[in-house]
Amino acid sequence: MRREAPQKLTDYAPLAFPAIMLTLFFVIPFGTMIAVSFFQRQQGGFYTPAFVLSNYERFASLFFANVLGFSLMLAVLVAICCVAIGVPFTYLLTRMSRRAQIVWMVALLSVLSLSEVIIGFAWSTLFSRTAGITNLLVALGLMEKAVALSPGFPAVLTAMVYQALPYTILVLYPALVRLDPTLTEAARTLGASPLRAFFTVVVPALRATILATLIMVFIFALGSYLLPQILGRPQHWTLSVLITDQAIYQSNMPFAAAMAVFLVLVTLAMVALTLFAGRKREAAA
Amino acid sequence: MSGLTLNSVRKDFGGFTAVNDVQLTVPHGTFVCMLGPSGCGKTTLLRMIAGLDLPTSGEIRLDGEDITAVPTHKRNLGMVFQSLALFPHLTVGENIAYPLRIRGAPREEQKRRVDELLAMIHLPGYADRPVAKLSGGQRQRVAIARALTRSPKLFLLDEPLSALDAKLREAMQVELRQLQQQLGITTIVVTHDQREAMTMADTVVVMNQGEIRQAASPMEIYRRPADTFVADFIGSTNLIDMETDSAGRAVVLGQAIPGLSAPSGGKAILSVRPEDVQLTAPGGDGAITGTVTFVRDLGGTIETFIDCSGRPLIAVSTPRARPEVSVGQPVGVVLDPGVCVVLDR
Repeated sequence: MRREAPQKLTDYAPLAFPAIMLTLFFVIPFGTMIAVSFFQRQQGGFYTPAFVLSNYERFASLFFANVLGFSLMLAVLVAICCVAIGVPFTYLLTRMSRRAQIVWMVALLSVLSLSEVIIGFAWSTLFSRTAGITNLLVALGLMEKAVALSPGFPAVLTAMVYQALPYTILVLYPALVRLDPTLTEAARTLGASPLRAFFTVVVPALRATILATLIMVFIFALGSYLLPQILGRPQHWTLSVLITDQAIYQSNMPFAAAMAVFLVLVTLAMVALTLFAGRKREAAA
Repeated sequence: MSGLTLNSVRKDFGGFTAVNDVQLTVPHGTFVCMLGPSGCGKTTLLRMIAGLDLPTSGEIRLDGEDITAVPTHKRNLGMVFQSLALFPHLTVGENIAYPLRIRGAPREEQKRRVDELLAMIHLPGYADRPVAKLSGGQRQRVAIARALTRSPKLFLLDEPLSALDAKLREAMQVELRQLQQQLGITTIVVTHDQREAMTMADTVVVMNQGEIRQAASPMEIYRRPADTFVADFIGSTNLIDMETDSAGRAVVLGQAIPGLSAPSGGKAILSVRPEDVQLTAPGGDGAITGTVTFVRDLGGTIETFIDCSGRPLIAVSTPRARPEVSVGQPVGVVLDPGVCVVLDR
């Protein structure tokens, strides 16, 4: 489809509403946050307008480097797990009957209605020694005695993947539905087993979608601050947890804002890097 | 025996029978076109031969070996899909080399085979182009080449030319037929275009409602249709009621036709191709009298629409072999018993 370039000022009118909403609910709050990140903190919970870099200087410590590194690693891991589970799952889902697809979709969407707190406590119960899934394994004779799986890193990872998976599937679904089913059939007639056809045709054909999904889940996981607290030990706390801690419990708004700005910058840098790498590979291919 | 054999192959989808007890033998090296209206089961039959659908019952044999339950990727076949199904993330060369890459063939062998096939489809030097940059006809050729990479025993095509414009389609039909003869590969094409079937096939299989109505050479299908469906579906025809009179003669539209065998059941249907309907002066010996209702002069041929006591007939003739008639005039119609086909009602 060919579109004409906007000619008159009124042609830009449809942009007005999204522009206003973005300004009101994103640009202004984010601008405020950037400003606050340079403010001077007052003992007792307030801050005064100023231009100091002390809030940012506090990052230059091994402690923050570790927390940042862990946060990024956790988010990357969650993104990879979600895509690794989500792509085959959604592929099989799109090949089911219409009815079955609706049932699955409703079940998945209902997970989205759960708040992070509920997900956190539900998993901490499931991972507990007294009422957790290990009791089931003991009953089946697979384990000697019930153990607590939480708090711990696997518990945090599981719950975060659980929380992000419905979003992953929702993003992947339209692309996989539109994927021509005869592509895999063609691969099969050319001598590829169904599994081989999936990895040599479906996955490469969806490269761009998979990359976009990875980025989305990565950003989504980076913002998680309740699950690491509920299911993890202090060493599993992410930068988001520290931001919450500073903003709400320590009442250090300037430092919390500085950390948030820093996190956004690091995130943007990583997304840009991923896109750049993806484009470079595409050009090489 | 060598070739493909279908034994009482049947496919049910829920309560609907898509393919009903199909019996067919395709000798090695022949070109078969499966022809029929949409929904007649021809594509389902092709998919079962490819192994993409499993028959509800019956067996499929290739060169004597029962392949009914053999998964698609273990049957040595090549298939061209209606959508072509070229892999969008691969180049022309990578598409064609895909079957070899899957098998782990050495790079030199892949390259050699790709060059060979690109030469065969008249696209040498196209190996590094992305498939999205090709024209419709070129994509078609690439899909054909990719299906032939492994030198399969069986070459299947599902409405392969339907996306092309008329002129290109006719050229590709000839090219496909020549390619098949050159390779001597057993080929089955599903199509709903009878010109396509007539151009390419050794054997045309006419299907309707999940059943094979006739399987024969194009000429035989045209000249000796097995039933009224085939007669009407292939080309155009006049289907006229006929009966046997008390003297045992065959009577068509009130006129006894000497030399035409009288139907045994008393009633039957006569199929006469429009080009076999001869026009004469009215009242001639053995001629049926009718009135001209419309004349379509196409230059090369003239179609004359005639009303014979309420029964419409169409005659097609060349301008020189046709008496001067105009709309409203009475005309005599002569049916040659040698070219008419008597069919059961």
